[in-house]
Amino acid sequence: MAKVKKKVKVIKIDLDKCNGCRACEMICSAFHASPKYASNNPARSRIQVIHDPLRDVYLPVYAGEYTAAECMGRDKYVIDGKEYSECDFCRASCPSRGAFKDPDSGLPLKCDMCEDDPQQEKPLCVQWCINEALTYEEKEEEVEEEVKPEDVEIGLKAMIDKYGKEKVIDTMARMSKKA
Amino acid sequence: MRYAEVGYNLEIDLSRGNIERVETDPKLTELHLGGLGTNAKILWDRVPPETDPFSPDNLLIFGAGLFCGTPAVGANRTIVTTYSPQTLLMGYSMMGGFFAPELKYAGYDKIIFRGKSPSLIYVYIHNDKVEIRDASHLRGKGAVETSEIIKKEVKDRNVQVSAIGLAGENRVYMASIEQGRSSASRLGLGAVMGDKGIKAIAVRGTKKDIYLARPAEFLDLCNQVLEYIKYRAENPIKNVEPIFQGLGTPQEMKIIDEKWHTTGFMWGNARTRRKDFWTKEVEEKWREVQENVRKRLISCYNCPMKCGAIISVPGLSTYMMKCYSKLTYTMAAYSDLDFGFKIAQRATEYGVDGFSTPQTMAFAIELYEAGILTDQDMAGMPADTEGRFYWLLDRIVRREGIGDILADGTYWAAKKIGKGAEVYAHNTIKKHEQLPLKLGMLNPVYFLMYCTGEKINITQIEGQFPQEPFPLREMREEFVKDWIQVPDDRFKQYFLDWEPRGEKSNPYYPTVDMAVDIVDWQEKMHYIDDALGICAGLSSFPLKPPYHIHNYPLFISAALGIDLDEEGLTRIYQRNRNLIRGINVRRGLRRADEKPPEDHWKKRFPELEEKLLDAYYQFKGWNRDGIPTQETLEQLDLGYIAEDLKQRGII
Repeated sequence: MAKVKKKVKVIKIDLDKCNGCRACEMICSAFHASPKYASNNPARSRIQVIHDPLRDVYLPVYAGEYTAAECMGRDKYVIDGKEYSECDFCRASCPSRGAFKDPDSGLPLKCDMCEDDPQQEKPLCVQWCINEALTYEEKEEEVEEEVKPEDVEIGLKAMIDKYGKEKVIDTMARMSKKA
Repeated sequence: MRYAEVGYNLEIDLSRGNIERVETDPKLTELHLGGLGTNAKILWDRVPPETDPFSPDNLLIFGAGLFCGTPAVGANRTIVTTYSPQTLLMGYSMMGGFFAPELKYAGYDKIIFRGKSPSLIYVYIHNDKVEIRDASHLRGKGAVETSEIIKKEVKDRNVQVSAIGLAGENRVYMASIEQGRSSASRLGLGAVMGDKGIKAIAVRGTKKDIYLARPAEFLDLCNQVLEYIKYRAENPIKNVEPIFQGLGTPQEMKIIDEKWHTTGFMWGNARTRRKDFWTKEVEEKWREVQENVRKRLISCYNCPMKCGAIISVPGLSTYMMKCYSKLTYTMAAYSDLDFGFKIAQRATEYGVDGFSTPQTMAFAIELYEAGILTDQDMAGMPADTEGRFYWLLDRIVRREGIGDILADGTYWAAKKIGKGAEVYAHNTIKKHEQLPLKLGMLNPVYFLMYCTGEKINITQIEGQFPQEPFPLREMREEFVKDWIQVPDDRFKQYFLDWEPRGEKSNPYYPTVDMAVDIVDWQEKMHYIDDALGICAGLSSFPLKPPYHIHNYPLFISAALGIDLDEEGLTRIYQRNRNLIRGINVRRGLRRADEKPPEDHWKKRFPELEEKLLDAYYQFKGWNRDGIPTQETLEQLDLGYIAEDLKQRGII
């Protein structure tokens, strides 16, 4: 496969600057509403602030890939005397927890860096984090070319993993008949 | 489709164990917005004025502001409303934090409690699932502790919990409702919660989206607010004390420099001013204490400010603190900041108000020193002041011995104790303890706010207009240059002409009419905030805030899909103002109750004060006794209040 230059979008997360307000969750869900900003619900957000105030834990985490199976073990990290579960840092939408799943459909959510037309200057969570716990930078990297799956494809793949290909095809066929 | 609000309330009858989800009338949103406005409407409609605050017929309402759960920055306030056991009037206290938005995402604008539970319970709300659960294992537990236990019990650390401590369970009149980094502390609402047998309310909402009618327009306004907050952070207001320079509630958790509070406010039982207290040595010591216990500066939901902090004193459990309570215990006990942070930990777990409680304890110590409270009353009290404060706090929240009397606050305690104790309960308005502040020259604007404020707490009435004139005209000219928040340019002129001394100074300037005008503006902003659930720290409280009378109508119009202008919004404010006045008038509030603590100012002007009250009442369309006239009420669609007051022979 050919090597191509790719713009890599990086969100830098400075835990020390997070005041725990969760504006990032709110605005993420509002941006991804349809029409845009018409509604919001942080449970639909592709960023979650893992928080446990009395232990001074504030950890914004972004939704990454969907995974069909949970990990075999759950490790713990202790950083500066504070205990974190491995899951706290994990971006996966996985069967072990409720995070990064649409609360109605259960379908996995994934951060898309607010890709938009016209292009947003920065992802919305970064725009709303005026304390600069979240900052944005872009850099160029050489990578191998790949075909990026569409949102629908990611969603369908998750459904297939969960229910099996036949069940999904049957349901699709039944639904299109009804339509 | 309902915009900004959910359109449903949760009605819980604790006597019968009945839970209902009830659709609300959208017409009420147009008339009162939400939050405080609709809370008050429910209280008027459903709780007769003869109702005792501890009667099962009294309601306890947790209302989310109209904007909570929308993208509006700083919209997170829960307005708690009931009849106060201390003032016997309508009591409303508010809390920020995360409860109100969570409640709306669960699908409710308000929770309305009626009746009394036969045993201690907590309520668990998870979207459509609402359960009344046994809380006998939580009896006597601290408020923060309770919240942690419930989070473990429901296996969800994202649940938001409002809880009472021992004080609320024992119906202490200064009991607060604690919610993480926030609390509804004033006026004894925690006592009503305890009386109803509610230890806590835990809510988790993931299913309900909050909608906006004109989203692009609304977001544009939110972005302007964020930009202005950034601008204000880079451009603090000049010529004022650090505490007035920025936005938010006073930045007590961040600021070390406490010269203004420690040398301007009174120590002990609102008694002694210590003008020389603040020195380099004190500053160094306090810096070390504060930086040592403060783990992180934190905010409420969807707000970039950092008004609160996580406080972890070695050897004590962690808690969260906001604002001025770091100093109230410190100063009441003539102690220092280290003590303040330590005792506040216990006080937060007990769930008590950080204003009334230390003042009541200092009052008790004064009575003891004056021989009015005897060794017998205080048997077992330690000799050192700090020890005494802990001892008194433990007794008050348990209503043990003398604590049972003190638990009702200074006004009622003095009445019970007698023997001249009334003179020592010198710092109340309408039976409620006030800021420990004693000043020289009467300020006409503050006179009116202290007398007439229905919240009975100056910090929830003041703001917007500077507390004092700036010494030089050039300074004043600079201040008014970018003062976009004024409703009209005449307010700039009032300020420009206001001098520290001479003809145009307190108490005769601002003139009576100007004072009334200024107070009306300040009140208006608070009433709008409290209906929308926007934090006063971004609106009615600090100088030059991002929300003001010119952009609020645009926000509300975009959210609800209506066309509201400044005039229309002013009418809503007037309606809510008169509705609450109506409730209190029906409970017996009259002109005679509307007075500041006698010693609040050294220099008083009885004739001027009468004129000020007359003019204020007239401006509001009230009679000489502070009662809204039939005409005023009818003009504001409150004819039903006029009818009721007429039937009772009040008007």
